[in-house]
Amino acid sequence: MQTGAGGAILLALGGCAAAGDHREMLHAIARAMLQGALPDNADALDTAVRGIDVAIAGLPLAVQAEIGQLFGLLEFPLTRRLMAGIGSWQTASDADVAAFLQRWRTSNAALLRSGYAALHQLVMAGWYGNDAAWPRIGYPGPPRIA
Amino acid sequence: MIADPIAQGLARGWKAYDASTFGDDRAFDADVAIIGTGAGGGTAAEILVQAGLNVVLIEEGPLRSSRDFHMLEREAYPQLYQESAGRRTKDKGIVILQGRAVGGSTTVNWTSSFRTPPQTLNYWSEHFGLSDYTEGALAPWFEHMERRLSVHPWDEPPNENNAVLARGANKLGIPTAVIPRNVKGCYNLGYCGMGCPTNAKQSMLVTTIPSALDRGATLISRARAQRLTFSGDRADRLECAALDASGLQPGPHTVSVRARTFIVAGGAINSPALLLRSNAPDPYRTLGKRTFLHPTVISAAVMPQVVAAFSGAPQSIYSDHFLHTSALGGPIGYKLEVPPLHPVLLATTTPGFGPSNAQLLAGMPHQQVIIALLRDGFHPQSTGGTVELRGDGTPLLDYPITPYLWEGVRRALKSMAQIQFAAGAKSVLPLHEAARSVTSFEEAERLVDALPMEILRATVVSAHVMGGCALGSDPRSSVIDGTGRHHHLENVYVFDGSTFPTSIGANPQLSIYGMIARNATRLAGLMAAPAKR
Repeated sequence: MQTGAGGAILLALGGCAAAGDHREMLHAIARAMLQGALPDNADALDTAVRGIDVAIAGLPLAVQAEIGQLFGLLEFPLTRRLMAGIGSWQTASDADVAAFLQRWRTSNAALLRSGYAALHQLVMAGWYGNDAAWPRIGYPGPPRIA
Repeated sequence: MIADPIAQGLARGWKAYDASTFGDDRAFDADVAIIGTGAGGGTAAEILVQAGLNVVLIEEGPLRSSRDFHMLEREAYPQLYQESAGRRTKDKGIVILQGRAVGGSTTVNWTSSFRTPPQTLNYWSEHFGLSDYTEGALAPWFEHMERRLSVHPWDEPPNENNAVLARGANKLGIPTAVIPRNVKGCYNLGYCGMGCPTNAKQSMLVTTIPSALDRGATLISRARAQRLTFSGDRADRLECAALDASGLQPGPHTVSVRARTFIVAGGAINSPALLLRSNAPDPYRTLGKRTFLHPTVISAAVMPQVVAAFSGAPQSIYSDHFLHTSALGGPIGYKLEVPPLHPVLLATTTPGFGPSNAQLLAGMPHQQVIIALLRDGFHPQSTGGTVELRGDGTPLLDYPITPYLWEGVRRALKSMAQIQFAAGAKSVLPLHEAARSVTSFEEAERLVDALPMEILRATVVSAHVMGGCALGSDPRSSVIDGTGRHHHLENVYVFDGSTFPTSIGANPQLSIYGMIARNATRLAGLMAAPAKR
């Protein structure tokens, strides 16, 4: 799929909603993406989402703007339903979110795969950069320098 | 306590400024302005200062040093890398690791130091008229920089990640060799990619730059070179934006530098972008073209033994076997190495999400990973990428992956799986969103043959950006001449990896050091500086 005019309009619509708070959406996406990876406590998910915010804040402005467009598209009701198949981030189950991620990951449209790749990169960096993520994967953390 | 040569130098009164702290516009005068402080800029700075020239170094990234290097990805990637180590090509198909700090990529590279392969140099002589880029002509310069930066084959046992590559390859009769590294008193920790915490890595940050600053050079960090201004065929001024405290965007103040000579050394991508923003003469539209990446694909194995690929010198074993199985100009060849594995690098690269992804990552201590670096730029179907400018003037690399390259990706994924199974892997996963773990080489071959080779399905990364300001004797097909001087600008030189007319076919840092040492020495002679003091 090419973005084309339709895609451009969707992205522009998405842009309108880009400024909002993305906490609910990011919680839902991080929870589904990190299923099986997060320790069993509420703090872990908050830590991951905070990590995503920090990761975004460190990116160049042009890239932040692209992420803003993607988030806008996933927040704006029309595009959220149409492109992600999600009615509301608040009520979406992990299975709903996983189905959306899987569709984008395996889509024939490179644009959707790139959206998935961006989410994957942000969530993984947001979580696995934290000490709390390491015990489960057997990473001992940096060594002490004698 | 590890001594920090940067902290010590600052205490001695180095002229090193963080432009984000400037309270007004600043202007500097110099014999030579060097834009970029990586392998090219650092090497040139020391040589020009030693010749008695007054040098100003401009760097977009921050000045950080061992006291800041805590071996934490969450700190290192945003501080020391372009785009937090997540720079992507225009279609997002390739993730690029490139440094952005004083010392450039040398501050964060994995220390592998190879001379330019002779086949690459022969190709340059034949195709680009670079007759003095021969193995013999460059040998003394490589030797000089090897001594300067303590380059020597790694003399401790390889870590298990590297040892598996050697064991598997040798079992198959595939030769491997030990990698020369630019280290002195290395602690064998494995965290070169996050800034060396012990100053053992002989990066520009702890060698040539301190030496230049000790002799009076000026360093301005967090200043983004916006454009060169020209009068006639000479550049007269460099205009920079002093970045704000975030280091991400221009603050209210400017920095301008007048100089007799300007050296562009921002690395491939940023060097051509500066010349594009400056509207530098480009009558044959060669600027920013032929940018190469060594597109790199990855194979992850689960070994029965603990590998602990996060620990120990990250790269110490390599194989060039698959660079030689076909002639240059034939099917693409590739170099085999291994990467260090740390949680963020591994998790962002591991395909899939949710429980299956979590399960792959849970086996981290047993994971062994091989990478294949494809030697691009030697075939009509491998002409590399093009550097463009975004609306805000920041660069973007358009690098399409051609069917010629994808064919190499398939072969490389099979070679790596074969080596991993020969070394006793329990399972192998070629990094591709549609791949699954397989338990035999035969199964791996069938899997790889069936994988759709498309961007954002296959994992493709790069840590070596080269080209875009190509060297060459013919201005119709290159940007600079063999001495590094711009074909159409009398006092503008390009001294970095952007000058390579093809990829190198090996980790590029020593190629940059050697070639730039020669060109910078020649320039120093030309500028006929009066003896200092």
